[in-house]
Amino acid sequence: MADIRYLAPRTLDEAVSAYAAAAGAGRILAGGTDLIVQMRAGMVRPGTIIDIKKIEEMTAIQETPDGGFVIGAAVPGAVLAEHPRFGKAWPGVLEAINLIGSTQVQGRASAGGNLCNASPAGDSVPAMVAAGAAVTIQGPDGRRSLPVEAVPAGPGRTNLAPGEIVVSFTLPPRPKGSGDAYLRMIPRTEMDIAVVGCGVNLTIENGVVKAARVGLGAVAPTVLLVEDAAKALVGSKLEDAALDAAAAACSAACRPINDKRGTIAYRTRVAGVLLKRTAAIAADRARGA
Amino acid sequence: MAKLHVTTTVNGEPVEFLCEPHHTLLNALRGPLGLTGSKEGCGSGDCGACSVTVDGRLVCSCLMLAVEAEGHEIATIEGMAHGEELHPLQQKFLEMAALQCGICTPGVLMASRSLLERNPDPTEEEVRFWLAGNLCRCTGYDKIVRAVLETAAEMRGAA
Ligand SMILES: Cc1cc2nc3c(=O)[nH]c(=O)nc-3n(C[C@H](O)[C@H](O)[C@H](O)COP(=O)(O)OP(=O)(O)OC[C@H]3O[C@@H](n4cnc5c(N)ncnc54)[C@H](O)[C@@H]3O)c2cc1C
Ligand code: FES
Ligand code: FES
Repeated sequence: MADIRYLAPRTLDEAVSAYAAAAGAGRILAGGTDLIVQMRAGMVRPGTIIDIKKIEEMTAIQETPDGGFVIGAAVPGAVLAEHPRFGKAWPGVLEAINLIGSTQVQGRASAGGNLCNASPAGDSVPAMVAAGAAVTIQGPDGRRSLPVEAVPAGPGRTNLAPGEIVVSFTLPPRPKGSGDAYLRMIPRTEMDIAVVGCGVNLTIENGVVKAARVGLGAVAPTVLLVEDAAKALVGSKLEDAALDAAAAACSAACRPINDKRGTIAYRTRVAGVLLKRTAAIAADRARGA
Repeated sequence: MAKLHVTTTVNGEPVEFLCEPHHTLLNALRGPLGLTGSKEGCGSGDCGACSVTVDGRLVCSCLMLAVEAEGHEIATIEGMAHGEELHPLQQKFLEMAALQCGICTPGVLMASRSLLERNPDPTEEEVRFWLAGNLCRCTGYDKIVRAVLETAAEMRGAA
């Protein structure tokens, strides 16, 4: 392996300059559970590795005064799970992040890495999309914010500009009567890649859905925000007709691949089934909140 | 190639070693540090044979760069027994024959200890779930799970 430089800057400014200076040869290192595997397989050969875990903002979990959360992009899943309140506010986002890999992988894997690795099957991404999360990005031209669904560009590709680093995820405050959930379809019970992943986030008032967001994973080149599914749910009492319409919208949004994990027909059908199951869990949580 | 100098703590002892930037913590443990208890089953995070803790948190040492160890506290299987005195998990694994070839055992023991530190009274399901990242080709897992549950019960009794 050619000479690699390893840098562990303490500030974002240093990280951004080093990343920009390394141009195409730079790689950000969060938990390394994708990056180190890919380096070992010879799929990526970084010239400079920029470890972002010494930057405080990247590993912090903050609660905003209005009741939202700001999660550092490099916070490992196991650390987020130990937060006393995050999982109560966002059980679906947490369960999605905690589905990534084993206990050992959870000790390192981050939501930032999951998003920037840009696998269409990344588990945390549909849940973040459903949550309406936004990412704060810092680059050579300063800071900007993007909705999570605007980050992936295709398998392994993002819309981040050269030198840009994802700093944190902002999750909005929770109105009363809100609940979210994430389910993935895998042939095993653990340690597998989603055939379909579905995140649903609902706000229910007097039995009527006031707000809904649906994210779908592993059924298209990028994770999808399925607005038609959300529209079918808003204003309903989650009657069968509304759920059928939302499930049909999910299936209609699918542009999946055929592979050993699932055929196009299977993924398309399962997307609708998962929508119903996930919505039922989110609704239960919303009614209890 | 310029080697990197790393200062860290392994099993409570301050240590220093040299490594290349792409070396993993597992490479450093098994190479310059001579701690060959952690095994490499896959090198890709799937088997758990390389499990260690970093600042008390369970990770795969094959999925962490050696330079990242700088300033952290690493614990490996070599630190589990106190001299001749085995950790209760090690003792129970021997008594209940929870191993055959032994390749997975260091990782399974490190993961099991990490579980019992957090949850002294796990259910069978919790044990199986926690150990899902530790593959064993020999035992069929049942003896491992029973040994962990037995140890937990004994340690609670002793506490
Ligand atoms: C055994 C095993 C099981 C797994 N199971 C699952 C699973 O069930 N579901 C799943 O979704 N994934 C799974 N993964 C994949 C991986 O663990 C996740 O994608 C994880 O979230 C990656 O996070 P990380 O912090 O380790 O990322 P890293 O490997 O550090 O980074 C991933 C990529 O994103 C870039 N990057 C990281 N952080 C940033 C940032 N802040 N800004 C810009 N770029 C950044 C890196 O340069 C790299 O290209 C598994 C991996 C292993 C080894
Ligand atoms: S060698 Fe690290 S998980 Fe297999
Ligand atoms: S005892 Fe042989 S792999 Fe577990």
